[in-house]
This record gives sequence, C-alpha cells and structure tokens, in this order.
Amino acid sequence: MIFAALAVPTPEVVWWGLIPVIVLSGSALLMLTAASLPWRMPAWLASTWTVAAGIAVVVAVFPMWARIQNDGPLAFLGSAVAVDGSTLFVTATLAVAVVATALLGRAYLEREDLPGVEFYVLLLLSAAGGVVMVSANDLIVLFLGLEVLSIAVYVLAAMHLRRVESQEAAIKYFVLGAFSSAFLLYGIALVYGATGSTSLVRINAHLASTVLVQDAMLLTGFALVLVGFGFKVAAVPFHAWTPDVYQGAPTPVVAWMAAGVKAAAFTALLRTFVLSFGAYSGDWRPAVAVMAGVTVVGGATVAVVQTDVKRMLAYSSIAHGGFILTGVQAADDRGTSAVLVYLGVYTLLAVGSFAVLSAMGGVGDTGHRLDDYRGLARRQPLLAAAFTVLLLGQAGIPFTGGFVAKLGVIAAAVNVGSYAVAAAAMLGAAIAAFVYLRLLVAMYLDDDQAADTHPVVVPVGARMVIGLAAAGVLFVGLVPGPLVDLSRDAIPVLVGG
Amino acid sequence: MTVTTTWYLVLAAVLFSTGSVGLLVRRNPLVMVMCVELMLNAVNLTFVSVGTHLGDLGGQLAVFFVLVVAAAEVVVGLALIVAIMRRRPGATADDLSLLGG
Repeated sequence: MIFAALAVPTPEVVWWGLIPVIVLSGSALLMLTAASLPWRMPAWLASTWTVAAGIAVVVAVFPMWARIQNDGPLAFLGSAVAVDGSTLFVTATLAVAVVATALLGRAYLEREDLPGVEFYVLLLLSAAGGVVMVSANDLIVLFLGLEVLSIAVYVLAAMHLRRVESQEAAIKYFVLGAFSSAFLLYGIALVYGATGSTSLVRINAHLASTVLVQDAMLLTGFALVLVGFGFKVAAVPFHAWTPDVYQGAPTPVVAWMAAGVKAAAFTALLRTFVLSFGAYSGDWRPAVAVMAGVTVVGGATVAVVQTDVKRMLAYSSIAHGGFILTGVQAADDRGTSAVLVYLGVYTLLAVGSFAVLSAMGGVGDTGHRLDDYRGLARRQPLLAAAFTVLLLGQAGIPFTGGFVAKLGVIAAAVNVGSYAVAAAAMLGAAIAAFVYLRLLVAMYLDDDQAADTHPVVVPVGARMVIGLAAAGVLFVGLVPGPLVDLSRDAIPVLVGG
Repeated sequence: MTVTTTWYLVLAAVLFSTGSVGLLVRRNPLVMVMCVELMLNAVNLTFVSVGTHLGDLGGQLAVFFVLVVAAAEVVVGLALIVAIMRRRPGATADDLSLLGG
C-alpha cells in the first residue's frame, strides 16, 4: 500500500510505435555486446545482422502504416514523439539506405582490410537517431535524434584508419557539424523563449493564436534553426564542408550521408518549418526560397568544373538538396508530398551511384578521377549501363524516377507562385545535366587511355545495390503512381498536445 | 539596479558570438573544440534564464540533455584529434588540406 502512495505518474508509451527505434538501437547494442565477448565475430555475421535489422524495420513499417492510415496518427510519451505517415515513409527509406550501406560496407571493409563490427554498430545507431529525428514532436527530441545520427557519422567518416584523408574528412565534418548543432540549438532556445515551449504542437498553437508585439527573438530563433538545418542538408551558402567530406570519407559512408542523413534532416526541416512554424511562413519562406535557388544553381555550376568524380557527385548532391528545398519553400501539402517523393527517389539514386563509385575506387579508395572512368563501357558494359541509368535519373530525364521527383517539386513551386525559384531550379537542372553528360561521354566515347587503370571488381553486395537501385529508378519513372500516392498519404500532421 | 533576464540573454549572446568567432579564427583543433563548448554553454545559459523567466521547468530540463550531448560530442572530437595528431604531430587546421578539387 505504501508503494501505491509513491506511484509516479509516467507518460503513456505506445510500444508498437517505437518498434523501428527499438529494432535498430537494440540490434546495435546486442551486436556490440556480442562482439566484445572473447571471440572474433565473423564479418559476414555482422553484415547479415545489419541487413536483417534493416529488413525487419521495413517489414514492421507495413502493419504500422496500415494502423496509422486507419486510426490516424498518434502522439505519445507526453507528446514528445509522434508517429504519422511521414515518419513511417522516411523510416522505411532510412532502413533501405541502411541495408544498402551495410552491403557496400561489407565489401569495402574486406577490400581495405579493416576491422568491421564498429562500422555496422555505428550505422545502426545512426539510423536509430534518424528515426528518432523523423518521429520527434518536440524540438529537444529532434535535437537528440540529430546528434545521435550525426555523432555516429563523424566516427564513420574516420573509419578508414590508414587514410589520412578519411580522418581529415572526419574532423572537418565534426567541427562544422558541431558548429551547426550549436546554431540549431541556440535557435531552439530562442524559439522556446519567444513561445514558451519546445513542443512542435504548442509552438504552432501559440504562433497561431498570439500576435507577438516583439518578435525579434522569434525571428532570430527561426533564422538560427534554419542555418543549423542548412549546414546539415548542405544548402548553399552552408555547403562548404560537403565536397571535402564526401571526397575523404569511405565511399559506403558517403552513400549513407547522401541518402540517410539528408532524408532525416529534410523531414525534420519539414516538420519544424512547414508544420510547426507554418503560421509565420511569410517570414521564413523567402529565406528558404533564396537558399533553394542559390543551392540548385550553385551546386550544379561548381559540379561542372570538377575532375574528381566523388567531388562531382558531392556538388550534384548539393544541387539535389536545392531541389528538395524548392519543394519545402512551397510550404503546402503539394510541396510536402513532392519533397517526400524526391527523398525516396534520391535515396535510390544516391546509394546506387555511390555503390558504383565504391566499386570503381579500387584498393585504397583512390580511383575516383574522371580519367578512371574513360572507356568504362568497353571494360565493364553492365556496370556502365547501370551507372548510365542512375546518372540519367539524377539528371531528371523522362522515364526515370528523377524526372518524376524534379517535376513534382517544380510544379509545387509554380503552384504557389514562386516562379523565380522554379526558373532557377530548371536552370540548375539544365546545368546539372551537363555534369552527368560529361561522365557519360567519358564512359562511352573516350578511349581507354589510362594504361595504369586497375581492373574494376564489383563485389556481389555492390552488384545487388546497383542493380536494385537502377531498377527502382526505372520503375518509379515508368510507373510513378504508387510512390506519388504513398507520399500523399504520408503528408505529416501535428498531433498531441 | 536589478539584473533582469535580458542581461543574462545578452551575456549568452556575447558568449555564443565569442565561441563562433573563435571557431572561425583559431587554428588549433583543441581550441576549436573548446569554442564549440562555449557556444553550447551559451545556449544552456539561454535555456536556464528563459526557463526561470517563464517559470517553466522545461528550459532547465533541456540543459541536462544538452550537457550529455556536448559530452558525447567532445569525446568523439577529442578521439578524432588524437587520431590525427598521432599521424601528424602538431597539425593545425591549416595543415589539414589534403582534400580539395
């Protein structure tokens, strides 16, 4: 009886809503424990374990999706966490990226003769952080998810112990990542000061019902949060770290950075700005619109002059970020669903393209000059064909998924009257097409003049990733209906109190 | 003269700016990590003073989360610095220039 008096009211927990986080972080911790026992965990076990965890999350998302669509989205844990369509959509995307990265990582670690278990553990933890981020209903929870995601990736970038470039990439990523986290957090603190809450729902209610006389603190908070997100999603002018980090980090890790980290960060950006700060969209939309235009054109233009293919794709990923921002700045349901389509398609494009780069890198991860790609179509016709599909997808050629994605965000921008941004996006797409064309010309038309070219070995894991990604890009391009419908059902909503 | 919440917020803003300028101008990786810490602690000060001003516990609670995250971040940052220093003793941020187009 005495205990009954001491009972502390605890927040309600809907356990099934946490399944993805529990599976990802649980399997990471289990693997870490198993690896610390006095035996040598075989590499195949760690990679199979990670792939299984990723697939388990994708499988678990289906019944959760059905339940959310029937009963509506739900918030729990004192409204700090919410599960809605966008959460599940991006969770599945992240899980696919985990599976692909684990398959690439297995071959990479073997080729570079690196010890392996930590790679998979960090990957799973990073994905768990991403899932927390996309289910956050409170800015502090969002920040925690972002940090769990980022800190794991800082270590992953330094994974190649014998390459100074890898460590240089990691320290650059770390310093700028920590810098941007501080900006984001300061922004959160100022928004908290202006609205009296860190809950996305309560901030939204406060902004909708109150007219602030002094809104300097709030607007400064918005600006700092936007800068923080700008660094994370590599939007111009906060993109400077991206090419260096992509060039130096192990290629499978780059695939995860481009696919996973971006998907999580953009979804968090959508939830924060479009949903929670929606009442003030007149104040932040112009800033995001300028960022979107500059990012598309800037990223595509600088990509043209690169001679290192990894840097080229780094700048092209910046341009893709600009396209996604074009959808974000529309700040309506149409823009949001276009962003989700783009994130899904870009995940396929990124993991597929960086899988090709990972195989082309060869021992030491060095074969990334444009010269290494000359005459590839003669040496490796299948690899060149798959890479062609992926590059055409990135360029947004019709009948590929990239076209559907780009059309969606540009149409959303036109729909809300942002003609300048839409025009900038189209200009950027045209410039970017030249980048991909340059690679295609090198592969198909140029002579195989590099005499010292090492033979390209495409491991089984990379073959699966490249093949499935290329097939997925073609499928979405030819039959866009299912993905577009899914994204309409996945539009995020605010729930809870 | 009473010290109002505004004073604390201004102090926090000054500390945050000091940290961010320091990060941009200093070249010693260790000092750069210290600057990040300064920025995060300026945020903590903001959270606490705003929380006290509003009479809301949430602001003070946030500080604990930030402290833990900052600790985890420093652990990773120092480990990276040690890994680099072992290969290239005395390296500054300017020496880390292998990557580029």
